[in-house]
Amino acid sequence: MDKKILVYSTPTCPYCVRAKQFLKDNNVAFEDIDVSLNQAAGDEMVRKSGQMGVPVLDIEGEIIIGFDREKIKTALGL
Amino acid sequence: MHDLIIIGAGPAGITAAVYAARKNMNLLVISKDVGGQAAISGDVENYTGYQFITGPELALKFEEHMRGFDIALKENEEAVAVEKTGDKVTVKTNKAVYEAKSVIIASGKRSRELNVPGEKEFRNRGLTYCATCDAPLFKGKEVAVIGGGNSALDAGLQLIKIASRVYMINIGPDFTGDAVMRKKVGESGMVTVFSDSKITAILGDKMVTGIRINRQSKEQELAVQGVFVEIGLIPNSEFAEDIEKNRYKEIKINSSNETNIPGIFAAGDVTDIPEKQIIIAAGEGAKAALSAFGYMARTSWPAK
Repeated sequence: MDKKILVYSTPTCPYCVRAKQFLKDNNVAFEDIDVSLNQAAGDEMVRKSGQMGVPVLDIEGEIIIGFDREKIKTALGL
Repeated sequence: MHDLIIIGAGPAGITAAVYAARKNMNLLVISKDVGGQAAISGDVENYTGYQFITGPELALKFEEHMRGFDIALKENEEAVAVEKTGDKVTVKTNKAVYEAKSVIIASGKRSRELNVPGEKEFRNRGLTYCATCDAPLFKGKEVAVIGGGNSALDAGLQLIKIASRVYMINIGPDFTGDAVMRKKVGESGMVTVFSDSKITAILGDKMVTGIRINRQSKEQELAVQGVFVEIGLIPNSEFAEDIEKNRYKEIKINSSNETNIPGIFAAGDVTDIPEKQIIIAAGEGAKAALSAFGYMARTSWPAK
């Protein structure tokens, strides 16, 4: 069963790159949302996470702020 | 017991790891993150071999190079103490205790904090220490950059392309950064400079709504949605209690990267070397690894 995963990121943030690489390494499909290009998505990220730091992961509604490997693993059941 | 523990995985730690791996040393790398400050640098145009590369890209290349070897890496782990007893060095972290014949401290530097009310509450709620990471989120917004050196000017120059208005709050009378950058900031026509001004508070509700500054002894408030703190760096050297440091808390080393304690070496921005550059940190990491290898050869394999 594939979970719906959104990654709010900017191209210049190192933890965004690492978070996305981590998902790729684990063969997890996700939608990458570049908030530097999409302001509405940026606002949505702030609303969901209550803060402005990237990356923010939305895993089936569970919001994870930053590249928190353990939380991501738990949320994905890896 | 490991031959070598490297604390830190920025340019210095990673390069030390590559050199030590090539010497077949039994190696452990412990680090809070991978890439260090290089990973949050903007454009890098002075790392030989790359006329232009971004900091995050260069940091990824460093990491790939290190991961090409079979190196044990403990990420998200921070050293809290380093002690030498007899012939071994003990490294305590927030998670475990490790032992090695030698240690290289390459823990780098971190952003200096403002220490004003509101700073902690509004971190990542409009206040950030990483312009490279977070600037794109401030499109069309009014922002303030705190600082007057190169990193403040760099943040200012990144923000003029994104924000609707940029204030630069400088505690001194003039910027201290490079002339080229000062000129670019001046010519942009986008930056309002407040000199001789000290930030005294971050204001806001859920997110930052403004700052309070003391400008030439008068208090005033500025409405901004973003605050970029760029007031310099401090060395991550607190855990190295017994190791000699200079007055900036940088670890003192000699030209072979030796500290005052035999078997404990240091490299990169955490040390008292005069220039802090990615390429210099990398070179220092290489030197430290070779010194640590020499030390191990002398102490572990004595001449018969």
